[in-house]
Amino acid sequence: MTETVNLVKSLADKYGRYHESLLPILQGVVQEEKYLSEEAMVEVARELDISAARVFGTASFYSFLNTKPMGEYVIRVCKTITCMMHGKNIIIQELEKNLKIRVGETSHDGKFTLLETNCLGQCHKGPAMLINDTPYTDLTLEKIRDIIQSLKKGDLVGSISNPLN
Amino acid sequence: MNRVNLNIDSIQVSVAQGTTLLNAAKELKIKIPTLCHHEDLCVAGNCRVCVVEQVGSDRLLPACATPVSEGMEIRTNSLKVRNARKTVIDLLVSEHRADCTRCFKNGNCELQQLSSEYLIGEDSYIDLVSLKEYTIDYFSPSIIKDDSKCIRCQRCVRTCDELQAIGALTVAYKGEDMKISSFFEKPMYEVICTNCGQCVNRCPTGALVEHNYIDEVWAAISNPNKHVVVQTAPAVRIALGEALGMPPGNIVTGKMVGALRRMGFNSVLDTDFTADLTIIEEGNELLQRLKSVLVDKNPDVHLPMTTSCSPGWVKYIEHMYPDYLPNLSTAKSPQQMFGALAKTYYAKKMNIEPEDMVSVSVMPCTAKKYEANRPEMHSSGYKDVDLVLTTRELAKMIQQAGIGFESLENEEFDSFMGVSSGAGVIFGATGGVMEAALRTAYEVVTGREVPFKGLNITPVRGMDEVKEATIKIEDALPEWDFLNGVELKTCIAHGLANAKIVMDKVKNGEASYHFIEIMACPGGCLGGGGQPIPTNAAIRQQRSDAIYREDTGKPIRKSHENPEIIKLYKEFLKKPLGHKSHELLHTSYTERNRY
Ligand code: SF4
Ligand code: SF4
Ligand code: SF4
Ligand code: FES
Ligand code: FES
Repeated sequence: MTETVNLVKSLADKYGRYHESLLPILQGVVQEEKYLSEEAMVEVARELDISAARVFGTASFYSFLNTKPMGEYVIRVCKTITCMMHGKNIIIQELEKNLKIRVGETSHDGKFTLLETNCLGQCHKGPAMLINDTPYTDLTLEKIRDIIQSLKKGDLVGSISNPLN
Repeated sequence: MNRVNLNIDSIQVSVAQGTTLLNAAKELKIKIPTLCHHEDLCVAGNCRVCVVEQVGSDRLLPACATPVSEGMEIRTNSLKVRNARKTVIDLLVSEHRADCTRCFKNGNCELQQLSSEYLIGEDSYIDLVSLKEYTIDYFSPSIIKDDSKCIRCQRCVRTCDELQAIGALTVAYKGEDMKISSFFEKPMYEVICTNCGQCVNRCPTGALVEHNYIDEVWAAISNPNKHVVVQTAPAVRIALGEALGMPPGNIVTGKMVGALRRMGFNSVLDTDFTADLTIIEEGNELLQRLKSVLVDKNPDVHLPMTTSCSPGWVKYIEHMYPDYLPNLSTAKSPQQMFGALAKTYYAKKMNIEPEDMVSVSVMPCTAKKYEANRPEMHSSGYKDVDLVLTTRELAKMIQQAGIGFESLENEEFDSFMGVSSGAGVIFGATGGVMEAALRTAYEVVTGREVPFKGLNITPVRGMDEVKEATIKIEDALPEWDFLNGVELKTCIAHGLANAKIVMDKVKNGEASYHFIEIMACPGGCLGGGGQPIPTNAAIRQQRSDAIYREDTGKPIRKSHENPEIIKLYKEFLKKPLGHKSHELLHTSYTERNRY
């Protein structure tokens, strides 16, 4: 048995094999493997005796259940109306220029993934984005360049000066 | 049961508690439009085209999802209702690639019908089609899935979940990106979809349609160097009339034969003939398996044996219960037996080179298209069945040919491979294969007819989801005396959701059947995915009644008494399960992925 098969099995043992076990199991897989592979989804379907397409459909609904391999730093820029009005498109442009990838892509070195997401609850401080679990708000082009620079140098996300504080 | 009184469009009505507004209105012959609603499926309430007004309330109610309550005053045709419905349809159309003139569903499309009823004009909403990247999946030989025609009513998803327990289709993504998708958006032919076509039969638009081969068949017919043979499945003759304007339940065998001849097919033959042949091969296989298990104690032979004539079921078990592939009868379906014989036995007797033959079949089924394209179906040295049409495609061709179907004289199938017994006919109904097999197997073993009045094995008939029947074998002929006293346990399921129930029982050791009949479609082939639209419980029942009428009216009722079958064995096959049979009439299966 592969590692993924074992992982799904142990998650199913932990959360049960009911329909409502689906989300916690998927979250558990993402926590361990960063994304849901085809193999993982088929195993989840097998354990819960539901269709694999259904597992995929559920996963694709939630922004945080990745269905593609992700980079070390997952950048999610809010695309909802307030942030949009506060220049989210320009922020994205700057990110794309600095990272040399487009929205939805992962950089060749596997370091960055750039995504859009729905409202992060920071509307009053838009534009906002999330890098892994850390929110960044009141973004400007300079801030973007700083953040990306330090991440490229290998500083930990948490240690970059965070405009929230 | 408690009655509820309400008022619909100023008419007082009393209906059973729990009735929906939609059905209450129906009782008054008031038609409320629907899109996501289908009688075979659970309520979804997502399209909102069925809205009605409740006097005194601001919000409109979805009629399909609202149960009646005492004293309600409902308006189904107020200005507010009409405007709301029109807006709903208009919005759907604004995201819909409405090129009706090029659409297979043109003339038989619920969205088109409603747009015409509600006079959806031009340019009311911005046309979003050009802004969306829709996917069209043409790769399956059975089904075309065109997302640009999808209104996301989810009938297909519910069909595949509820009736078939497969879940090949799901709702993926959200908001404006929401779409109906297979696992990881893979093409339909790469996923667990069994090609049963039940979703195709229920899709209100052209988003799911059969892959049609109408032009290819016309081209073959008009090629003077080709001899085109056509075979027609048992369930086509009792439903074809519906697609040509006749009421359900008509048996149109003779007219269908006449129409096929007029269209220019060179030989008009009958799949019922090979249905009889399937019974001989499969019945003997069952007896041989019983002997191997009960007498020789051979650990490599498996019971229960399950039928293998429904290609949707075959593909389902290949995906979902691969451990049970040895339980599947190795007998090919009647369509494929026919194809293999057409290009060997028939070609030889008729002095036709098999490469000059085009073998066409007309089926109630979209899965048969996939089956004919399986790589192993080349036993004749050629593709055994070249082109497969659904009942609907044949109806379309008859219309194209300008044939006045209802006024056609009844004609007879060509001979040979055109004669069939009543047992072959009932193949088209759930329980029919079991009944046909028992009529033959019982007689082989005991030398007597099955102990049922008029050969009608009623316990295996009807629309119950899972049926069980036991036949006790007594006074067997000497060769079969090991079966003396054996209670032959059989089980019948139709619709793959019911197949799953049966297979889980077998898997968990909760059932000890000898023989299981499974048909992928509700009601059996008569409710197949390629049958006329609409198909629902009432129509399935009418088609079923017609099938049993056709059986009763046949002079020969048992497969082994079909004179052409007897001749086929004498001249060509020699004996059931013999060398030639194995070469042409039996097949093998492949384990497939679980998505
Ligand atoms: S699906 Fe219906 S409305 Fe759409 S193009 Fe086809 S016929 Fe027209
Ligand atoms: S494919 Fe057809 S049945 Fe399925 S959601 Fe779309 S329109 Fe409805
Ligand atoms: S053809 Fe049958 S198995 Fe395939 S998606 Fe439709 S209902 Fe499901
Ligand atoms: S709109 Fe961007 S955080 Fe709410
Ligand atoms: S038919 Fe009632 S909501 Fe769709």
